[in-house]
Amino acid sequence: MNAPNSYRTGPDDRGHFGIHGGRFVAETLMPLILELEAAYKAARADPAFQAEMDGYLSHYVGRPSPLYFAERLTEHLGGAKVFLKREELNHTGSHKVNNVLGQILLARRMGKKRIIAETGAGQHGVATATLCARFGLQCVVYMGAVDVERQAPNVFRMKLLGAEVVPVQSGSRTLKDAMNEALRDWVTNVTDTFYCIGTVAGPHPYPGMVRDFQSIIGRETRAQMMEMEGRLPDSLVAAVGGGSNAMGLFHEFLDDPSVEIFGVEAAGRGVETGEHAAAIIGGRPGVLHGNRTYLLMDGDGQIKEAHSISAGLDYPGIGPEHSWLNDVGRVKYIPCTDMEALEAFQILTKLEGIIPALESAHAVAKVLELAPQRPKDHLMVVNLSGRGDKDVPQVAEILGTSL
Amino acid sequence: MTTRIAARFAALKEEGRPALVTFITAGDPDAETSLGLLRTLPGAGADIIELGIPFTDPMADGPAIQAAGLRALKGGQTLAKTLAMVKMFRTEDDATPIVLMGYFNPIYVYGVDRFLKDALDAGVDGLIVVDLPPEEDDELCLPALQAGIDFIRLATPTTDDKRLPTVLKHTAGFVYYVSITGITGSATPDADVVGRAVARIKSHTDLPVAVGFGVRTPEQARSIAAGADGVVVGSALVEAVRHTLDAEGRATANTVPAVEALVGGLAEAVRSVRR
Repeated sequence: MNAPNSYRTGPDDRGHFGIHGGRFVAETLMPLILELEAAYKAARADPAFQAEMDGYLSHYVGRPSPLYFAERLTEHLGGAKVFLKREELNHTGSHKVNNVLGQILLARRMGKKRIIAETGAGQHGVATATLCARFGLQCVVYMGAVDVERQAPNVFRMKLLGAEVVPVQSGSRTLKDAMNEALRDWVTNVTDTFYCIGTVAGPHPYPGMVRDFQSIIGRETRAQMMEMEGRLPDSLVAAVGGGSNAMGLFHEFLDDPSVEIFGVEAAGRGVETGEHAAAIIGGRPGVLHGNRTYLLMDGDGQIKEAHSISAGLDYPGIGPEHSWLNDVGRVKYIPCTDMEALEAFQILTKLEGIIPALESAHAVAKVLELAPQRPKDHLMVVNLSGRGDKDVPQVAEILGTSL
Repeated sequence: MTTRIAARFAALKEEGRPALVTFITAGDPDAETSLGLLRTLPGAGADIIELGIPFTDPMADGPAIQAAGLRALKGGQTLAKTLAMVKMFRTEDDATPIVLMGYFNPIYVYGVDRFLKDALDAGVDGLIVVDLPPEEDDELCLPALQAGIDFIRLATPTTDDKRLPTVLKHTAGFVYYVSITGITGSATPDADVVGRAVARIKSHTDLPVAVGFGVRTPEQARSIAAGADGVVVGSALVEAVRHTLDAEGRATANTVPAVEALVGGLAEAVRSVRR
C-alpha cells in the first residue's frame, strides 16, 4: 500500500478509514446518526463550542495534565528517558472525561435530555455519570454483569452520581454485550436519547468525533515536550482496547515521521492461547457495532469472547482508525499479557508512587521492554490513561492478599 | 423472470388477501428440528418464510430472537448449514419464497460473491440485512440485485419523507416496515398508526409492504394485515419453540406441532382479511 500524503485526514465523508469504519447500523438509527454528524460538524466550526469546551477542560477536568519525567523508572530501565502523560490526574481519574465532556456539551446543543453509555471497567461510565450530574441530565449506563462484579467500586460511584447502572445479562456479559444493549436502548428511545460512546469505535461519526475530543492529549504532549526538551518525542506508547486514549495521543504525531508509535493490545493469557483481546494481532476484518474493523471471531463470523485481566480492554474489536493505521504501517501494534501488565502495575507503583490502571499498565509493561533497547537521549512518552485505585481489590485477590 | 416473491404477492393479490410472513431462526434448537419446522410452515399457512441467520451479537433483536440465535449456535449452526437447509427445503417446495434475515458479519466473512452464488444455488429469494442501510449499498445490496436476489430494506418510523426515497431506491421484492422504534418482539404496534405509515410508503413505491416487529397474536396480525400487504410474525414463533424444549434445551415431540398450530391460527386470522 502506498503511504498517503497525510495520516490525519480521515475519515472520508462516508466514515471510512481505508476499508475500515462506515455506518453499519439499523435503519431506525440512520437518521439519528446523520443528525449527530451534522450537529457535530456545526459545533466543531463554532468558536463558542470550542470556548465552552476549553473552559470546562481547564476548570472542571483540571487540564492540562502534566507531562512527567519518570526519573526513577528511567534510571531503573537504563535506556530511553520515559515520560508519563498524566491523564490519570484528570477529574474522574482517566482520559475518558475528555470525550464525555465533548459529547455531553454536544448533546446539550442538540436538546437531548437522556444520556446512555456502555462501560467496561467503569471509567467511561463514571465519566458519563459525572458530567450528567454536573449538567442535570438523566443517565443510564449499560455494563456487562461480569464487569459489574469485578468493578464494584466504580458501580457504586456511578450510583452515587445519580446514574442508573443496568447489568447486562446477555451474551458474554462484558463490554461488547453492554454495547449491544446500549444500541438496543437507543433504537427504542430515538427522540430524546443521546448515545455517548466511550471509545473511537461505532458508526461514523463516532470514531472521528471521539478522537477529536481526545486529541487534546497529543496536542498538550507536543507543547509540553517542546517546552521541556526542545524537540519532539521519539516514541509514543499507549494501551489499546477500543483505542481512545491511544488515538488521543497518536493523532497529533501521525505526520511526524521521526516519531515511532506503538499501540499495545491486551494479549490476556497469550495470543497463542486464544484467550486474549488483541483484535489486530489475533483477529481479522469484520463488521460489528456499526463499523468494519479487526475483530476476534470464528470461521463463521461469530464474535468470540475477548479475555483480559483488564475489564477496559476486554473487547473483541478495536477502533477502525487503528485498524487502518495498522494496515498502512504507521503504528505498530504489539501484545502484552495479563502477567506482564500485572508486573508493570507493581513496578510503576513502587518506583514512581503512581498506581496505574490495569489498562495503562499494559502500556507501561511495553515501556519496560522497549526503553532499555533505546539510547539514553531517546524520548519515550507513555499515556498513563487512568489511575489504578479501582483495580486494587482485583490485584490484591490475584496476588493472594485478602483486604 | 418473475421471482418467487413477486409471483407470491401477485397470487395473493388475485386472492384478495394479505400475506403471512413467518420468521424462524435457522438451526433452532438443532438443524434437524429446524428443517422440520421449515417444511411445516407452508402447509400451516405461511406465505413467505424469513429464515434467521444466527449471530452472536444481534443488536436489533429482543431477548426471544437473541436466545433463539444462541440456541442455534450452540447446536453448531453455521451459514453454510443454513444455505444447505434452504437447498433441502427447495427439493420439495419450489414456490414458497425464502428470505434470509440477519446481520452482515457472517455473510462478509463467508465472502459476498461466494455467498450470493451459494444462496442463489440453494434457492434463496431475498435478503434482509439489518445493519446494512442504504449508505452501505455497495457492500451487498447492489451485488445481490445484480445476482438476481431481492434486497429487502427496512423502513422505520424514523424514516421520514425526505429519506424514504433513499431507502426505497434499491429495495426489491417488498418493503419491510418496522412498526415500532425498538427491537424485535418488544412493544405492541398501533394498527391505525401503522396503517397510515404503510399508506405513506405506498405513495412512494409500487412494491408490496409487509409489517413486522411486535406482532404476536392472531388478533394483532389481523388488524395489522388489514392495512398492509403482509404481516411478519417472528418472536412469537421462536418463543413457541422455546416453550416446547426440555430441561436440557432439546426439541421434543411438541416442538413442530406447537409452531404449526400457532402459524395455523395466525394464517386463519390473516386470511380472514378480504379486500
